[in-house]
Amino acid sequence: MDFGGRDMISIRDLTKEEIEHMLGTAEGMELSPPGDILRGKTLATLFFEPSTRTRISFEAAMQRLGGKTIGFSGAGTASVAKGESLTDTIRTVERYSDAIAIRHPRDGAARLSAEVSSKPVINAGDGANQHPTQTLLDLYTIKREKGRLDVEVALVGDLKYGRTVHSLAYALAMFGAHLTLTSPKGLEMPREVISDLQKFGPRVAKEDDLAEVASKVEVLYVTRIQKERFPDPEEYERVRGTYKITMETLRNARENLIILHPLPRVDEIAAEVDGTRYAKYFDQVYYGLPVRMAILGLLMGAV
Amino acid sequence: MVEEVKVRKIKDGTVIDHITSGEALNVLKILGIPKDYPKTPVTVAMNVLSAKVDSKDIVKVEGRELKAEEVDKIALIAPRATINIIRGFKVVEKKKVSIPETIEGVLRCANPNCVTHFEEVRSRFVVEERSPIKLRCYFCEKVMRGEEIVRQF
Ligand SMILES: [Zn+2]
Repeated sequence: MDFGGRDMISIRDLTKEEIEHMLGTAEGMELSPPGDILRGKTLATLFFEPSTRTRISFEAAMQRLGGKTIGFSGAGTASVAKGESLTDTIRTVERYSDAIAIRHPRDGAARLSAEVSSKPVINAGDGANQHPTQTLLDLYTIKREKGRLDVEVALVGDLKYGRTVHSLAYALAMFGAHLTLTSPKGLEMPREVISDLQKFGPRVAKEDDLAEVASKVEVLYVTRIQKERFPDPEEYERVRGTYKITMETLRNARENLIILHPLPRVDEIAAEVDGTRYAKYFDQVYYGLPVRMAILGLLMGAV
Repeated sequence: MVEEVKVRKIKDGTVIDHITSGEALNVLKILGIPKDYPKTPVTVAMNVLSAKVDSKDIVKVEGRELKAEEVDKIALIAPRATINIIRGFKVVEKKKVSIPETIEGVLRCANPNCVTHFEEVRSRFVVEERSPIKLRCYFCEKVMRGEEIVRQF
């Protein structure tokens, strides 16, 4: 399977076999690091909006493979402030780099960049649309922890605006996972996203009682509930307690339950849960490294 | 052939037949009638019983042959429509509308945060379903359906 020269824009572009191949490559990178396979290569990280975690993860992955990074972070930076078009910025940067990782506030910015760039473009988050490397690392975490992807998963929290849960739900459905959706009223998963899953014929259920959900599933994927999504602050205060994972929520949890979260968290998961065997959200961060190493290696044709 | 509707024949122009019932007025909107063509004689028949489908609308436009772009737009809201070009009271050309695999430039993405509204780039939609129409923006991946499309005409 040859990924050399390809872009990584949306999980929708990938087949099941391609995802499996990427996850397999990531596992190889984690268990036996390949050394400096990207020596002499440069990754440009263009962060038109800041995301320290994602940027550091890409830079660390590049360094592990012997490569270098250049780039900028924040909307106030040079070309953006001068009003240069995105496509001009890409055409300039591609001359200095072997691949481009872009984070941008507009939906579709990464796809447009890939249209004009002759070098591989990696979407590190485009507005509310996609963040495929996050989705792959979520899948990788589940695969590493559970040994398979056709698991019973509950997606918890803001399923309306939460970008990561939309593409994760899509990918999990592709692999035959059983999805349970748990969200506050008004933050349910959009109908369009659910109808998009239907082509994979998934089993999708809704369940409001968090303790009940925790007693049934193997994976709890928890997302942030942001205050600004609620027109009524009182409603936020009410919901916030209800959707918080505590030891009480987990009293009947399945033995083999794991809890994931894309981080950063606000208070969706109580600190008391951190020390339990269920908590895997910090391991999830660690798994991001081999996944991004695999993506960089594959797209730059080194593996 | 059974003459299904008793509306007068036109000498030169276009008859758009087999329009999805209820879409005749949207077809007029696409053709810029009456906004851009206030004087064009037009005959509209709605909810006509038809042998092939349950019921249909028909639009007859006198003195005008449609542009390819107009035909493409009509396809989006009336995928079974046929276009009959009339010259001297005779049908000289009859064609079915067709929806292409991708639609470029004709529509604007309904997502206000779509990059196509901020950069100089032609809009592009992938046709995912034809009847009823479902388009996905090639850039932002948001879905557009009937109402959001019609509103643009
Ligand atoms: Zn769009």
